Amino acid sequence: MLRFVVRRLLLLVPILIGLSLLVFIFIRALPGSPAESLLGERATAETIAQVREQYGLDEPIYVQYFKYLEATVVERDLGVSIASRRDVWQEIKERFPATVELTLAAMLFAVGLGIPLGFLAAKRYGGIFDHASLFTSLIGISIPIFFLALILKYIFAVRLGWFPSIGRTSILTVVEPRTNFYVIDTILARDWEALRDVLRHLVLPAIALGSIPLAIVARITRAAVLDVQNEDYVRTARAKGLSGFVVDRRHVLRNALLPVSTIIGLQVGLLLSGAVLTETVFARPGMGTWLTDAIFARDYPVLQSGILFLSIVFVLVNLVVDITYAIINPRIRYS
Amino acid sequence: MRGRLKLLFPIAAVAALVMAAVSGAGHPRGGTLVFGTSTDPVILDPILVSDGESLRPIRQIYEGLMSVKAGTAQVIPSLARSFKVANGGKVYTFTLRKGVKFHDGTAFNAQAVCYNFNRWYNFTGPFQSSAATSYWQSIFGGFKSTVGNAQAPEGQRQSLFRSCKVVNASTARITLTRASGSFVGALSLPSFSMSSPKALREYEANKAEVRGGSPVFTGTYGFAHPTGTGPYRFEAWRVRERLSLVRNGSYWGPKAHLSRIIFRPISSNAARLQALQTGEVQGYDLVDPQDMPTLRTTRGLKLLDRPAFNVAYVAINQAKPPMNRLAVRQAVAYGLDRNAVANSGIYAGRGQVAHAFMPPALFGYAKNVKKYNYDPARSRRLLQQAGLSLPVKIQFWYPTGVQRPYMPDPPRIFQAFKASLDRAGFDVEARAAPWRPDYLNAAQTGDAGHLHLLGWTGDYADPDNFLGEFFGAPKPQWGFNNPKIHNLLQRADAETNRKKRIALYQQANRLIMEFLPGVPYAHTKPGLGFQTRVRGYIPSPVSLEPFRLVFFGGGV
Repeated sequence: MLRFVVRRLLLLVPILIGLSLLVFIFIRALPGSPAESLLGERATAETIAQVREQYGLDEPIYVQYFKYLEATVVERDLGVSIASRRDVWQEIKERFPATVELTLAAMLFAVGLGIPLGFLAAKRYGGIFDHASLFTSLIGISIPIFFLALILKYIFAVRLGWFPSIGRTSILTVVEPRTNFYVIDTILARDWEALRDVLRHLVLPAIALGSIPLAIVARITRAAVLDVQNEDYVRTARAKGLSGFVVDRRHVLRNALLPVSTIIGLQVGLLLSGAVLTETVFARPGMGTWLTDAIFARDYPVLQSGILFLSIVFVLVNLVVDITYAIINPRIRYS
Repeated sequence: MRGRLKLLFPIAAVAALVMAAVSGAGHPRGGTLVFGTSTDPVILDPILVSDGESLRPIRQIYEGLMSVKAGTAQVIPSLARSFKVANGGKVYTFTLRKGVKFHDGTAFNAQAVCYNFNRWYNFTGPFQSSAATSYWQSIFGGFKSTVGNAQAPEGQRQSLFRSCKVVNASTARITLTRASGSFVGALSLPSFSMSSPKALREYEANKAEVRGGSPVFTGTYGFAHPTGTGPYRFEAWRVRERLSLVRNGSYWGPKAHLSRIIFRPISSNAARLQALQTGEVQGYDLVDPQDMPTLRTTRGLKLLDRPAFNVAYVAINQAKPPMNRLAVRQAVAYGLDRNAVANSGIYAGRGQVAHAFMPPALFGYAKNVKKYNYDPARSRRLLQQAGLSLPVKIQFWYPTGVQRPYMPDPPRIFQAFKASLDRAGFDVEARAAPWRPDYLNAAQTGDAGHLHLLGWTGDYADPDNFLGEFFGAPKPQWGFNNPKIHNLLQRADAETNRKKRIALYQQANRLIMEFLPGVPYAHTKPGLGFQTRVRGYIPSPVSLEPFRLVFFGGGV
């Protein structure tokens, strides 16, 4: 197991080098540069040249890449945003928790609702509830997150006014940032009013972001439960007179959750990319809005470090999923 | 119920009257306004910014020697009470307002004025980057260490600023290296606002480093301690969430109505509109043209017009024959159906036909310029008289992937113009290019065909910022050298007598529209969205609205 983890971690190095190179080249392949973006119609050939020189954009691309590697790896400096002039690492530290918070809330929504729904659908196999849940989950999978977010926002924030439409908190709620996870920060501060406000701001984005994983989790649970239900050991358990509840909990659900746990891990990537869209619609200051704005501003340092950071997170999360999978299912052994 | 309401009315009316009487100014005092912005300010040190979202709060916290009258482009004294010009426009003596205090309690006086000017002029290192001091460099040029320095960038080898002298506590004298009439107008830019010298020193405003080419300010002045003399004081700034300002209770002039303003960054246009609909913000700027009908028709919301301070034009490149011939340029002008474009759906009813290269709101505008109403028959005649065989082939460039207030939909504008030019004896070849970098590069280097679409939004209320910017010197974009026009504009810029300046710019406008270096076609009014209960917000052509006048009124 340890060897497996170490090997996977070592594999990270070539992955990251390749990835950083790809990101570096792709970003520079976009038309325009920070110079034109900063200057707009005030750009003259002279000022553009001046700005390009200032940011070292006039050097050959491999020189730029090695300078970037040197700064990141040797000097451990992720750089400074060209547009906002803020330290990129500082910005990641403040924004990443917002994205994680939203992702976890969406996951909680998907799992907390998806597993019972899938289980019930399997129990009522072929019934109306089963058909209805299949139908809704199909819709859930097919609606683009962006569209669903807009619709939810329009109905529940703009029309009905039940939930706020933007941000992580109301304007008058002041959260003292310690961890930048506002749910945790408000609990640490024992500010229950603020906690309520923070949670209210999470509801609509979490539903929008969690809809696709919800549908997937529900369907996988349903299939797995149907599968397990017909296993010999379930029949045996029933035959020896265990109550339906105990059979379901101990034998059916526990075994059915194995494939579900894999799926949950795989959803993290989807959630991270979906968070980009959801954050934009709900104006939540996370990694997503930051990177979208950076693309428009051609903010190279932000894009390079931001995308690379998310990639590392993604790879690490996958590793963690593999490891937990082994823990949940003792039959699996990595070597 | 109805009976109770009847009773309530007179009580409410009396209460309102009493409130109004108590507040003195006639408007209810207090309240918090949340205003949606597109992004956070970069820094709240005025000289270091040039973007609208930084200048907006700076305009409330700080004041400069000059300002603009609310709702107009007229430059008026602010911290200066008056000024005198001597030595042919090179020496400006400012008489300062007395009894004004910075937010930290220190006095505003001539020493403070010179401290600020000397700080700017003596900037070194990261502060000399064009990303840091863009307005200083475009108005004044260089710095003490770059003047006459052959290694410095060309634009920094000279400086308009020579020195600042304290005559007495309330008199400061600024000497320039050459006469400039636009200097006083430029001082109304919030970038040249006065900061408290004590706060600048205490919070290390001059500390900075360069990282990866970006100037990074490491002092805390511009992030946590911006200190001016304005009607609002800085309260707190949490980046990405809120920037809050509170009323300055010891402001020297009429005090602000609202007790607090909060600027909330929301980058998506649609999200700003929805936040206004839910009441999470009470006003926002940069309304999308497609959202304007919603604002107009939704109960409780309103759309305010910002007076036009921009110009959209079709540039003609005279370096490309036959555009060097006046008759052909006139044929272009008569062949562009500007009315059909400016008053079409493209501009959502917010456009007006432009007859000059500057907005009518600005001084120096001339009404009696030569006008070119759409007349395709006349165009064809002009082309034939010039000995050209019809149709005349020309290349017309337009940008893609861009939306500007003066140019909301470039491809549609181009289509309309192409159709009208084709009827006027031209054979238009379309060329599209992405706004940046291809299009802007091509336009500036003179490679964007015979004709191309472009425009400009003014930075400050001076004709030099329009006409001087376009035609002050020969530029490859226009491909002509007309000493008469270039010299006239340089003379107008140097003139310090306002009446004479106005006359010179009017003359320049007439001359330009005779010579036709291009065809201006539209001015547009950008829009601001508000809840109807927000009153007293006076949109400014140069986007410098004083929140001091804003209050919450009744109404739905």
